[in-house]
Amino acid sequence: MDKTLLTREQIAKRIAKELREGDVINLGIGIPVLVSNFVSPDSEYVYHSEQGVLGMGSLAEPHEADPDLVNASKEPVTLVPGGSFSHSADSFAMVRGKHIDVAILGGMQVSEKGDLANWKVKDVGLGGIGGAMDIAIGAKSVYVAMTHTNKDGGPKIVKKLDYPVTALNCVSTIFTDMAVIEVTRDGLVLKEIAPGFTIEEVQQATEPKLILSPNLKEIAIS
Amino acid sequence: MINKVFNSTEEAVADVWDGSTILFGGFGGAGLPYEIIYALYHQGAKGITAVSNNPGYHEEGIAKLIANDRISKLLCSFPVQKDSYVFREKFKQGKIDLELIPQGTLAERIRAGGAGIEAFYTPTGVGTEIAEGKDEQEFDGIPCILEKAIKGDFAFIKAKKADRWGNLVYNKSGRNFNPVMAMAGKITIAEVDEIVEVGELDPESIVTPGVFVQRVVKRS
Repeated sequence: MDKTLLTREQIAKRIAKELREGDVINLGIGIPVLVSNFVSPDSEYVYHSEQGVLGMGSLAEPHEADPDLVNASKEPVTLVPGGSFSHSADSFAMVRGKHIDVAILGGMQVSEKGDLANWKVKDVGLGGIGGAMDIAIGAKSVYVAMTHTNKDGGPKIVKKLDYPVTALNCVSTIFTDMAVIEVTRDGLVLKEIAPGFTIEEVQQATEPKLILSPNLKEIAIS
Repeated sequence: MINKVFNSTEEAVADVWDGSTILFGGFGGAGLPYEIIYALYHQGAKGITAVSNNPGYHEEGIAKLIANDRISKLLCSFPVQKDSYVFREKFKQGKIDLELIPQGTLAERIRAGGAGIEAFYTPTGVGTEIAEGKDEQEFDGIPCILEKAIKGDFAFIKAKKADRWGNLVYNKSGRNFNPVMAMAGKITIAEVDEIVEVGELDPESIVTPGVFVQRVVKRS
């Protein structure tokens, strides 16, 4: 069987299956923002955006754009019926006070303990935190969406981070182009594998030893 | 009669002194008090410590002040947008200091500054470079670091409507840091789109009660 790494869209689609109606969700930039394209249109989800929008809708069409209604990337967006605005301290009270059900974030590295690095590349003087540290530590569940390996083919899932830390012990599940891996107290549990890949190939691309789930299966990408 | 309305942005910022700490509202361009920042640019104060989520974009907002070496220190959560090249250049030249702060901690430190809370413990930043040099303690098994309040000599904020008492309502996510900065500024100057009669704003809808606002000026 052919082995093909999952596309960004396929990773997003897989994560969308984890979401439950009514979840309050914060989406990071990159693969995470794609997730909202794959949720069930018949269900209600509430999207939180750090600058004080709860119930964020899609990107705004030019005729409805308001420079005072933007997403975290400062692009004009819409508000859904039932949506609300809050100031920055209340918006982050939602985050820090554990009122956000799921944060879906990009990742540069994740450790076997669920430590996350995603705010600054190594050996660079200046980085931007924005809401990353608050959201990583504050959300009830943190899903990380990323490629399994870096540009040089090295593992991004490592024993210990060597990139600047965003937050410790915060990641619940890692969704990559090769696997779905859950972070547990006992270690990293391999739950799903991309079509065509073997356990050995996933292990080779992962630094810590993986525990095999008794229900290990192929990622459904249809 | 209480009247906090100033006739011009020039008058509203006339007494800003060199070396003052100023809180600047806004998230990117949303809720950014452009005109009072512009007035400050002409007023000439320098050696400013600026507290702002972003370092301005292109040469707009506080980037205009940074470009002219008027800001000596910036407290900020996200200084690395593509369009914040003015800050990056001055930082590289060593002309401006930076204190990098997670956005939620920044908002809460400002809120605390306006609410008489001198410091608080939070889990955000534990185990990161943000924690360096900060007291660390566990509460209910959760490791936390100590963060101190931020207060401003001035707060420059943007709202949609005000009355002469300084009551404010905002526009959408243009609200962002503005209400907490209003609380934490000794002299809070609100730039607004519209000034209405006292009593016209629905008391149930007023976001910033006038007690937090000292000056109001209408955007031209």
